[in-house]
Amino acid sequence: MRTIIFLLEKEFRQIFRNKILLAIILLVPMVQLVILPLTANYEVKNIHLSVVNHDNSSYARELINRITASGYFQLTSVEHTFTGALANVESNSADLVLEIPANFEKNLIRESRQTLFVAANAINGVKAGLGTAYLNTIIRDYSQELRLSSTLSGAAPGSVIEMVPSNWYNPYMNYQLFMVPGILAILVTMIGGYMSALNIVKEKEAGTIEQINVTPIRKHHFIIGKLIPFWIMGLVTFTLGLVIGWLVYGVVPAGSLALLYFFLAIYLLAVLGIGLLISTYTETQQQAMFISFFFIMIFILMSGLFTSLDSMPYWARVVSRLNPVTYFIEVMRMVVLKGSGLRHILPHLGVVIVFTIVFNTWAVINYKKTS
Amino acid sequence: MSKGGQQFITFIKKEFAHVLRDRKTLLILFGLPVVQILIFGFALSNEVKNSRLLVVDHARDAVSGAIIAKIEASHYFDLKKVSASTHEIEDVFKAGAAQVAVVFPPGFGSDLVHFNHAAIQVIADASDPNTANTLTNYLANIVMDYQTAELARPDTPLQIGTQVRMLYNPQLKGAHTFVPGVMALVLMLVCVMMTAVSIVREKELGTMEILLVSPFRPELVILSKAVPYLILSLVNVASILLLSVFVLDLPVRGSVPLLLAESTLFIITSLALGLFISVRAKTQETAMLVSMMGMLLPTLLFSGFMFPIENMPKVLQYISNVVPAKWYYNMVQSIMIKGLGFEAIWKETLILAGTALLFLVVSFKKFNIRLA
Repeated sequence: MRTIIFLLEKEFRQIFRNKILLAIILLVPMVQLVILPLTANYEVKNIHLSVVNHDNSSYARELINRITASGYFQLTSVEHTFTGALANVESNSADLVLEIPANFEKNLIRESRQTLFVAANAINGVKAGLGTAYLNTIIRDYSQELRLSSTLSGAAPGSVIEMVPSNWYNPYMNYQLFMVPGILAILVTMIGGYMSALNIVKEKEAGTIEQINVTPIRKHHFIIGKLIPFWIMGLVTFTLGLVIGWLVYGVVPAGSLALLYFFLAIYLLAVLGIGLLISTYTETQQQAMFISFFFIMIFILMSGLFTSLDSMPYWARVVSRLNPVTYFIEVMRMVVLKGSGLRHILPHLGVVIVFTIVFNTWAVINYKKTS
Repeated sequence: MSKGGQQFITFIKKEFAHVLRDRKTLLILFGLPVVQILIFGFALSNEVKNSRLLVVDHARDAVSGAIIAKIEASHYFDLKKVSASTHEIEDVFKAGAAQVAVVFPPGFGSDLVHFNHAAIQVIADASDPNTANTLTNYLANIVMDYQTAELARPDTPLQIGTQVRMLYNPQLKGAHTFVPGVMALVLMLVCVMMTAVSIVREKELGTMEILLVSPFRPELVILSKAVPYLILSLVNVASILLLSVFVLDLPVRGSVPLLLAESTLFIITSLALGLFISVRAKTQETAMLVSMMGMLLPTLLFSGFMFPIENMPKVLQYISNVVPAKWYYNMVQSIMIKGLGFEAIWKETLILAGTALLFLVVSFKKFNIRLA
């Protein structure tokens, strides 16, 4: 125990001595937390719409009015030919094209049905998907309303199934509310992973590790002495992040704070374990940096931070389940946004405990005192 | 060849030996682009499908059964559970086991028959707003289809349908945006970070002093450090392009020599940034963190490949203009995806060339022969 305390004292002195590093550890994540949710904004609004109107009827005009009044769309141009609208898509001035066929109103009344043509620039997949979804909803509502208010003689309206949608946990559909917890999870992971990976390697490169190796300090003492300071730094970063999330974005955890910290405490051990493991396999800081960058990059991409995990192919879903970051992001979103309790996150907790044991045991075994 | 030229080549050989000796770093450098291209190409997509659905069926009649069957048949949804109680929804959402729930009220089918009107409640877990929106809309479409197919009499008036076509990219894959993005990111990583760290490392180890007291010109010592990374980067560009053409079926529509020339320009710009960092930084740790936070993160954030620049606040949109990777990303997109020629990208070329020149000049001015 005494050994560990001395080791801790040494580590903390080293951390506090390097002022630039300390500033980077504490300041940079905070700046990122302020900027990232602003940049990682996949909220879809101001979809640029180009309309090809072959039918200058009141129905067509009313439909266009409804679309522009919905707030999602900006009518950039009304064209006479589809090619003209397509040119707008090619020059990026339109995202979506809506084509209203000739004699739309006349045929709609006479033949009972008409089909509108929608084309979306799918290079931006999110915008194309959501844009057509919004457009469909507006057109469907308009069609339904026309039918109900229709005074056409003799046409009895068919049976109608009404959809009553409600959005839980985030009724204003605020995208930043969704991103802030995920980004905080990533930041804590990066700080923990990089710092612990670099730290031991630094001693290797400087040769000071040899001095420690010839002392009677035991392997696991040394590793614990390295783990605890970064574990504390991780908790501090997380706390600062929560405060910023609250002050800047108004994100207040709906669930229990104690539960969040409990999960974080275990998760951080897993992340630090990965960092230590990397440091036992590398000789130079450059190697350690690149290898941790490589893994953190993959972890972030495969964590479901930006894209839905469910839509991945089977093999990729398996990979994402082997990724500790996936679990932390899910837990953050569950507890912060939905107020999930301990029993909801038990499976996540179990998996993270397994990760912690595996990575740390592996790191201790692989750390050799003799080079 | 002159004596200086021979010395220069000897130095480059030495640097190559340094780079090639470190197998682990090399593996990452060549492995990273490959893995990223594969992940982006085959794992990630913006399509929403296989979403987990909870059904609460109070009606248990023919109509609700038919609609459930229709939902199940679509590949957008993966029916997790049919539950008898609405109380379960909250629990299932909180455990993250479903993203959307559909509730059929009691007497759903008979209401429809007797009153010509019945309601379905759709409850979405809107903690992810985009997915919630998309799923609600998919469900509405399925119900609408059922309504037109099964309930509507042939004389039902005023039905407006839509026919949707996704242009250019029907599966909503991201290949068009990420291939140029991965190129920018990897080149930044290799050129800025590797160069900066390897020079600062020699400072830290003290071997830089030995090189500087030699009769060889100090500028050339530094330049010879950059050459191996220039070559490594070109190999990376080639491998990314080959992967995108042969594995992702994303052809280069414009001129390949032009693309390679612009890539070389971007590599030189990045090397200049790397040199600049190495001249200022005293420890490897600082060099790494500065290149990480100052170069790589902005590249990720502001090049437009992961995050839509148009959605950012105006201030951040202005900031994005000083990130060299943004201009390179635009050029690669113009050449690769749109097939445009030099006349469309001369402005970007000038900006990058100017940046490179600026940082080279500043670095050499600041470069101090005496380290202490």
